[in-house]
Amino acid sequence: MDYFLELFLGGLTRGSIYALIALGYTMVYGIIELINFAHGEIYMIGAFTALIVAGVLTLMGWNEIAILVIASIVAVIYSSAYGFTIEKIAYKPIRKAPRLSALISAIGMSMFLQNYVLLAQTSDFLPFPSLIPQFEFLEPYAHIIRPSELVIYTVTASVMVALTIMIKFTSIGKAMRATSQDKTMAALVGIDVDRVISVTFIVGSATAAIGGVLIASHIGQINFYIGFIAGIKAFVAAVLGGIGSIPGAVLGALVLGWTESFFTGYVSSDYEDVFAFVFLVFILIFRPAGILGRSEAEKV
Amino acid sequence: MLELKNVNTYYGNIRALKGIDLKVEEGEIITLIGANGAGKTTTLMSICGIAPPRSGEILFLGKPIHDMKPDKIVSLGICQVPEGRRIFPYLSVMENLDLGAYLRRDKGKIKKDLDYIFELFPILAERRHQAGGTLSGGEQQMLAISRSLMARPRLLLMDEPSLGLAPLVVKRIFEIIAKINSENRTTIFLVEQNANLALKIAHRGYVMETGKITLADSADRLLNNEEVRKAYLGI
Repeated sequence: MDYFLELFLGGLTRGSIYALIALGYTMVYGIIELINFAHGEIYMIGAFTALIVAGVLTLMGWNEIAILVIASIVAVIYSSAYGFTIEKIAYKPIRKAPRLSALISAIGMSMFLQNYVLLAQTSDFLPFPSLIPQFEFLEPYAHIIRPSELVIYTVTASVMVALTIMIKFTSIGKAMRATSQDKTMAALVGIDVDRVISVTFIVGSATAAIGGVLIASHIGQINFYIGFIAGIKAFVAAVLGGIGSIPGAVLGALVLGWTESFFTGYVSSDYEDVFAFVFLVFILIFRPAGILGRSEAEKV
Repeated sequence: MLELKNVNTYYGNIRALKGIDLKVEEGEIITLIGANGAGKTTTLMSICGIAPPRSGEILFLGKPIHDMKPDKIVSLGICQVPEGRRIFPYLSVMENLDLGAYLRRDKGKIKKDLDYIFELFPILAERRHQAGGTLSGGEQQMLAISRSLMARPRLLLMDEPSLGLAPLVVKRIFEIIAKINSENRTTIFLVEQNANLALKIAHRGYVMETGKITLADSADRLLNNEEVRKAYLGI
């Protein structure tokens, strides 16, 4: 039973991180129908920014919690700035071009950012300080759950709640939903569509950066390549849940996290990625729009 | 109020508007009639900044608006009820109406306008929590008109409000259009294929053919014009 619980919680951890990244994919796709392949790199840049800030603050002798908070905030700001800039220079100029051009631009942006970090930070795995403190009340359960995992669940849940409130009830959230349904009509009611797109990139990048900081301090090491595989997995999660749908991305991420975790635990850890993608293939065969995706039906 | 001077609009290399000149005076109902593909919708989209003209001038209250972004143009008081209604299908009726007032900050007056709209179209009040996409065609048209009224437009552009609706519903919609014009002094620029109906409520009319304005006159005279009768009224 303990083993099951351990796998369950491990899956929840993976799923939470995938969800934080998948949100960016699904929101951007929902608004401009682009798979932003550079999104995984935003997550990686978030982790690196946090590493640098944490390094400096540790040298200055700050305490752990303060370092964690400040490093996360700086990472969020930095990644958001990257997301904003990427949209402006790589996607906006070709927004009216065929879909394929934007996709290629996204892949190019992804490679550029990976290699840029590779040159700046070397290809070695760098140790990431474990910034999350030990909680005494968790000690009896130390064999099942680590403190960093508890932090990951809490933060992820809070981000989801905050995002839901933003999308459902604020003016910009309403504008985002309207823009995703009909860009021309959104402009005709006075929504600044360019601004909505920028906000979407900023919000998506911010959640990815949070994911980056959390997973880096959970696992304890990062390199320039972590964004690629995490990005692909999160993308799978977004498609699984139904790309464009926010609850879908979260659900898809959790399903993927648990699938991987249980399969690794009960069958074999060698084929962890294989199973994730096989699962994707089956979902796409039987439910092409994803778990919560809506199939296109238009009334004229 | 609104003036187009030698407006040329292109889609890629295709010249959709070939030097349009047109004037709308404050308080009137103007109609633009013409066959499919004549450029009526493009004219409206050019005014709204969705398909900005490549050359020529568009003036609103004396100020050039042809190089403004669509949201800026809306903020000046130009609203459009587009062809095909374009309701946000997954937003509720209420949210669709809220978005109409997206640029307004005067909460009290918004509430009042909402009451006025629910009085005008009681069916919308009944369905306020329903998703926009689930309404019938006529209800969607009412919602589209209401959404634009929520912006308190000074100039309301309407693209084919009768399209695909039952005759009784069309009659009701046109009564409302006349009412909006006479009660709120909202200037209306009406694009229609149903020329007969449009000319009956309009003060003046323009006839458009393949990207050019070919006739401009008072609505009465256009109704009795031999060519117009033959080409557009089917008499």
